[in-house]
Amino acid sequence: MPTLKDLAKQKDPLSGGHRACAGCGAPIVVRQVLMASKDPVVVTCATGCLEVVTTIFPYTAWNVPFLHNAFENSAATCSGVEAAYQSLKRKGKIKSDHINFVAFGGDGGTYDIGFQSLSGAMERGHDMLYVCYNNEAYMNTGIQRSSATPKGAATTTAPAGKKIPGKQQFSKNLTEIMVAHDLPYVAQSAVGFWRDLTTKAEKAFSIRGPKFMNVLQPCRLGWAYDPSKTAELGRLAADTCIWPLYEVENGKYKLSYKPKEKKPVTEFLKVQDRFRHLKKPGNEAIIESIQKETDRRWEALLAKCEQ
Amino acid sequence: MPILAKTGNEAMAEAMRQINPDVVAAYPITPATEVVMIFSGFVADGLVDTEFVAVESEHSAMSACVGAAAAGCRVMTGTSSQGLQLMSEILPIASALRQPIVLCEVNRALSGPINIHCDHSDTMAVRDFGWIQIFSENAQEAYDNILQLIKITENESVRLPGMATTDGFIISHCMEKIEALDDNEVKEYLGEHKKMNSVLDLDKPVTLGALDLQDYYFEHKMPIIEAMKNSKDVILKVAKDFAKRYGREYGLIEEYKLADAEIALVALGSTCGTARVVIDELREKGVKAGLLKIRVFRPFPAEEIVKALSKVKAAAIMDRSDMYSNQGGPLFSELRSAMYEAKDKPLLTNYVYGLGGREISLEDIQKIFAEQKEAAASGKVKQLIQHFGVRE
Ligand SMILES: Cc1ncc(C[n+]2csc(CCOP(=O)(O)OP(=O)(O)O)c2C)c(N)n1
Repeated sequence: MPTLKDLAKQKDPLSGGHRACAGCGAPIVVRQVLMASKDPVVVTCATGCLEVVTTIFPYTAWNVPFLHNAFENSAATCSGVEAAYQSLKRKGKIKSDHINFVAFGGDGGTYDIGFQSLSGAMERGHDMLYVCYNNEAYMNTGIQRSSATPKGAATTTAPAGKKIPGKQQFSKNLTEIMVAHDLPYVAQSAVGFWRDLTTKAEKAFSIRGPKFMNVLQPCRLGWAYDPSKTAELGRLAADTCIWPLYEVENGKYKLSYKPKEKKPVTEFLKVQDRFRHLKKPGNEAIIESIQKETDRRWEALLAKCEQ
Repeated sequence: MPILAKTGNEAMAEAMRQINPDVVAAYPITPATEVVMIFSGFVADGLVDTEFVAVESEHSAMSACVGAAAAGCRVMTGTSSQGLQLMSEILPIASALRQPIVLCEVNRALSGPINIHCDHSDTMAVRDFGWIQIFSENAQEAYDNILQLIKITENESVRLPGMATTDGFIISHCMEKIEALDDNEVKEYLGEHKKMNSVLDLDKPVTLGALDLQDYYFEHKMPIIEAMKNSKDVILKVAKDFAKRYGREYGLIEEYKLADAEIALVALGSTCGTARVVIDELREKGVKAGLLKIRVFRPFPAEEIVKALSKVKAAAIMDRSDMYSNQGGPLFSELRSAMYEAKDKPLLTNYVYGLGGREISLEDIQKIFAEQKEAAASGKVKQLIQHFGVRE
């Protein structure tokens, strides 16, 4: 398990000075995941905020090899790089003993448009780690809904209007879908839990084969909160059990974090303006349904972890 | 040199076996499926040491090809029609990243309606994406073109991806005699693949695919435009070297009995074979007919075409696709534009023909030549753009 001291000594894979918003959680995810790698890393990235803010020509924030191809193909692109590595290694044309191939994608690039590419790459069994930095909407293009957007949240394509109060559907449970791919390692983590995230990344890197991590990343712009509260929001998501931290290793579930006291979902909702309209009278049922679904998913997860 | 009986698909797959690419990522589609299938067999039997990535779509095929090429590998794939369309988002990224990926393309009509037979609408739809495009008249050319494309695309002054095409079923599934190279001849001919700016270079980490806004994008397009210009010379040099080594000659265009021709047909792909037969017959009857075959469509050999047709009185420009511009097919459109400044030029008629695999017979081509004879004699074109062989 890496200590803060260890991490502080590491060469930064992603330098500062990039153009992410103040309080953006995405670079935190990238740095904590990549710093957990003992081997060299090669990164692919989907179109989206992360790629846009870190690579505006003639600058790059990346101190490790980085390849951006398009929006929906971070996984397929990474699978090609990994295949190339296997080929060159077999022919003795490459020196390094092992490289960790990491594909990053936002929730849009992962849950939605890149879903097929992700599923394909994982099924083929490439030795790679896919990390979804999940900010629960298409942030780069201005906060549009994705299938990761939670119910009730206002986005620019599912706005809180006079008739329809934000997104009508619960989020898709992508982590479980990836578990159903029978991967050697699947994990869920969040910004605000550096030890959890780095430990999980370290474990993922110790396993050969396809790995998937879904990391909740508060977005101060899209979620609309005070930018100093990013880590706090990640923790609130776990404390309300809206975003449980867990891992599944070879099919075996393990809860990583059990809140001492399970907080009501309203604690998470009330500090974000994307849910502001839910405070209006008449929207109580939506909040209730969010609490109910959160409880249902949490209980289902606990049952899996106890097995 | 081994003499083999091969279909177009088998010839392309055989070239792939001998090239022994580092990585192949591909997805099946009629009529190109066999290329991928036969090659998978080579992988399974250990005849190549390629890393074969059996992706879940053509979009992922081209994405993985870009990834593997960016890692510094020699990379190939194959597809057709809808598959090429699904790749199309990534095709211009491949050329902008200057990755010399080689694609075996089998020409097939685009949906809709869905159809599996030959026309050129798929290849023509991706003509503006910075890929070199070479059309093959027969299986022998398909084999030779694939080998030459590796040399052309990997040339440092080019470094662009390229596709060699055959006509679906007409060439892809017809058995012909081909003269192949020996395995070690191919190895020696191609040499080692040279990697540039590889994402596997850990000592010198590169960022590829950066966001490029108003102040740089245009400048970064220029080297691609330059590379495509350079490719013309490289294609010719590679062809010359190939002829010297193996005896078969190629160019950007090919003239057949064109030197003294009064009427001519200009075409791409398998139709040229049919045209040769008709031209021989016409020549016996004393009709001065000739053929201008366009082997390379990208880069477009404009000056060469103008020069080749300068003494011709009337020419039929054969397009196996339409582009809904009301200006005829893509070959006609570009050829006609190339003729604008020319002093000596033929009367032009555009024949859009053979869509969705509609056959073009000897009689059809005889009829087209007869119309050209009339045009040459009268100095008038009957109808500028004809959709030939379509029922009323
Ligand atoms: C094929 C395609 N469709 C749409 C877009 C426009 N687009 C670019 S980024 C983006 C949203 C990215 O959202 P997400 O993956 O959630 O990442 P984020 O920006 O939130 O980090 C969209 C819709 C695109 N680049 N390519």
